[in-house]
Amino acid sequence: MKLQRNSLLALYSLVEFAADPTRHISAAEIAQKYDVSPHHLAKVLAELARAGIVQSVRGVGGGYRFAANARRLTLLDVISRFEDVGDGTTAGNGRTPADRALSLVLGEIDEMTKATLKSITIATLLRLMQRQSDSAAAAR
Amino acid sequence: MAKKKAERFDQSPAAPAPAPLTIRPVRRGDLEAVIAIDTQVTGLEKRDYWRSVYRRYGESAAPGAQFLVAESAGEVVGFIIGEVRDWEFGAPPCGWVFAIDVRPDARQSGIGTRLLESILAGFRRAGVRKVRTMLASDNTLILSFFRSQGMMAGRFIPLEMDLDE
Repeated sequence: MKLQRNSLLALYSLVEFAADPTRHISAAEIAQKYDVSPHHLAKVLAELARAGIVQSVRGVGGGYRFAANARRLTLLDVISRFEDVGDGTTAGNGRTPADRALSLVLGEIDEMTKATLKSITIATLLRLMQRQSDSAAAAR
Repeated sequence: MAKKKAERFDQSPAAPAPAPLTIRPVRRGDLEAVIAIDTQVTGLEKRDYWRSVYRRYGESAAPGAQFLVAESAGEVVGFIIGEVRDWEFGAPPCGWVFAIDVRPDARQSGIGTRLLESILAGFRRAGVRKVRTMLASDNTLILSFFRSQGMMAGRFIPLEMDLDE
């Protein structure tokens, strides 16, 4: 599975926000850190704000801050706002016995994808990032 | 950009300061509380099952078997059960966690983490260096709990089939 750009931008943003829920972060700051288009990121942040996952903060030093529970918000919650995740994969036109049999197998993969994305919360993602950094540091 | 119905992912209110927590081996008198927690969580009372689990893992548990409860303010608020299994599915001895639950009103205060830490310490003492578990793919809460503790997908794939009448 390859994540679409909007999903990826949303997740980049959320790990930044969730790392320090009290901090207001501007779209520009995140765009710079991940080298992505600020215009595109602004749209993604607006969608996250509509979902109540982040809150926009007005005024000087404004931007957004985290408004969700990082231990409950899952990757599936986030990604499914921006793309369809494992929704009814059908092989071919689904009419031949071969299509139907293949659809059954592809459906298994979809279910596993969804279960995996649903089991990883933003808090767990932060821990995984930490562990990756630790093991990279240990390898040096 | 997909516009989906707004859902709420609010931050939970801060949990009240928890009473001191003790993790200890199960006693016969805890069984009713364990049954009550399981009934509350699963909606199905399995009294005979829990009695047999107690006989097997509680009283005269084999080495490596553990049935632990979390006690807070004199009440059992959670439990965890596991054992060391040797060469199951061809794998070297490893710890298996096959049940964990925390009373819903006591969650999000670290009780599950303490229970898991205790059973893992027991597994380490028993000499194993790997722990496994298996649960329904739609059991998001417990799946995400194990994930938060560092568990990743293992090298086994569960398979099943319906048997003809």
